[in-house]
Amino acid sequence: MTETGVNPFPQSESEVIVRFDSVGMRYGRGPEILKDVSFELPRGSFTFLTGPSGAGKTSLLRLIYMAHKASRGVVEHFGHDTAALRRKDLPDLRRRIGVVFQEFRMLGHLSVFENVALPLRVAGRKRAEYAEDIAELINWVGLAHHMESRPATLSGGEQQRVAIARAVVNQPELLIADEPTGNVDPEMARRLLRLFVELNRLGTTVLIATHDLTLVRALDAPVMSLADGRLTYRERAA
Amino acid sequence: MSEDESAALPTPPAGGNAPLLPPDSGRDRPLFAVAAILVFLACLAALGARGAWTSSDRWMNDLTGSLTVQIRPADGRDASDDAESAARLIGDMPGVLSAEARTRADSEALLEPWFGSGGLPEDLPVPLLVDVRLDDAGVLDVEDVRETLSEAGISADVDDHGRWSDAVARASQMARLLALGLLTLILGAAAAVIAFAARASLAARQDVADALHIVGATDSYIAGLFQRRFFSLGLKAGAAGAGFAALIAVLVAVGGSNADALYFLPELLFSPFEIAALAAAPLIAGAVAALSARLAVEEELRKRW
Repeated sequence: MTETGVNPFPQSESEVIVRFDSVGMRYGRGPEILKDVSFELPRGSFTFLTGPSGAGKTSLLRLIYMAHKASRGVVEHFGHDTAALRRKDLPDLRRRIGVVFQEFRMLGHLSVFENVALPLRVAGRKRAEYAEDIAELINWVGLAHHMESRPATLSGGEQQRVAIARAVVNQPELLIADEPTGNVDPEMARRLLRLFVELNRLGTTVLIATHDLTLVRALDAPVMSLADGRLTYRERAA
Repeated sequence: MSEDESAALPTPPAGGNAPLLPPDSGRDRPLFAVAAILVFLACLAALGARGAWTSSDRWMNDLTGSLTVQIRPADGRDASDDAESAARLIGDMPGVLSAEARTRADSEALLEPWFGSGGLPEDLPVPLLVDVRLDDAGVLDVEDVRETLSEAGISADVDDHGRWSDAVARASQMARLLALGLLTLILGAAAAVIAFAARASLAARQDVADALHIVGATDSYIAGLFQRRFFSLGLKAGAAGAGFAALIAVLVAVGGSNADALYFLPELLFSPFEIAALAAAPLIAGAVAALSARLAVEEELRKRW
């Protein structure tokens, strides 16, 4: 580990989790949001995605977690060209990706426990099989006393930790976080970052989209920058 | 995380899983009412179709299972004796259940609407009738009847109701098709309403569908959630609609003579068909609702990605 804790030794340098090649994207017949975007996320890497609001960060993430199709170019997940995938193949791939949204996207009528367990429940696992693991995970993110609380009763930072727990519960190979520190104070941002670093150290590929340069500078990690839909890439934060 | 938090003993909450779809509460009430009304109408249409069927069968049986023989008055012959003889001769023929000679008084009663109730002059010749009931095999040949009567010197017209039965058959068929068409239309309307509601429900729960998709739920899994919800709604609405239809049918049946006026309403409420139809209505409503909701949600989900 480096002093910052980012995993400098991805398990396999040659294995690529996500690959974009000359990707363009537009919504309907609107203007092109992403233009000729090309990059690779090697397995076990930790990468930042930065850019001003409206640069296309969220759109790029939507392509990565397969909520949208590219208008052109090649998008590969785990070596599969997504354009060639059948719709019924998508859920299996999505289960290999954990997503943390800026707005959390919790199910408000479910408890913290049930929100975190959602990916396992959807995968058909029995509650008895995972109940203790979920409780332990919730404890790990520091919310053991909120196990049965509804998300709306939690603070922004607490909800963010629930979202992170949900994103990692099925041990995804890729973790995506969209502005994960956007709703929390600097101290909570620092703690969340430590959480991401710990997950990366355990082998998860991490991509964090943020416009918080303080967060980016805190780690010695590669940075992808989007501006007006075009991507630039640099190995380390400036 | 703090030391205290890390040290806390994690204990999973007791109990089972909560439904993934939040309760729609007030949003479902108008749909419930519409579905219940449609099921009520569908039940009445189904019972009406049954009524049309049985009525049609009865009309046709009445027409094809009988003959009317008209004994013409003839000089030098006693029409009453001829009617009695004709009834006896026809009654002995194969395929005849009964043959009954009607009296002059019966004929005068039939003519009363035209000639009044004052009676006809005694010397006015009046045709007499013989009612013939046939068995189900219907082997009696009308020509044989005419020939038998002619050989006995009886002047008679034999009416097998053929000119009426075709028209009645067409009317019966039309009544059946009308009832079935009405039933089909109502079921179609119910399916369309449910499909519309399912789409609206999906749109209202877009956040849930998105969250489920992102964590790896299949379209079938998400559609299944809506399918179960709408099956339950259809079942309850079906029970309400069928119960109300049963109540109306009972009232009509208890109304006695009124039931005759409302010809296509159920006359045999407690026959196995009516009971089975009313009992099956909630299940059918649930199945139609579930299928409509599933297909609608799957179609909506397919539009994405």
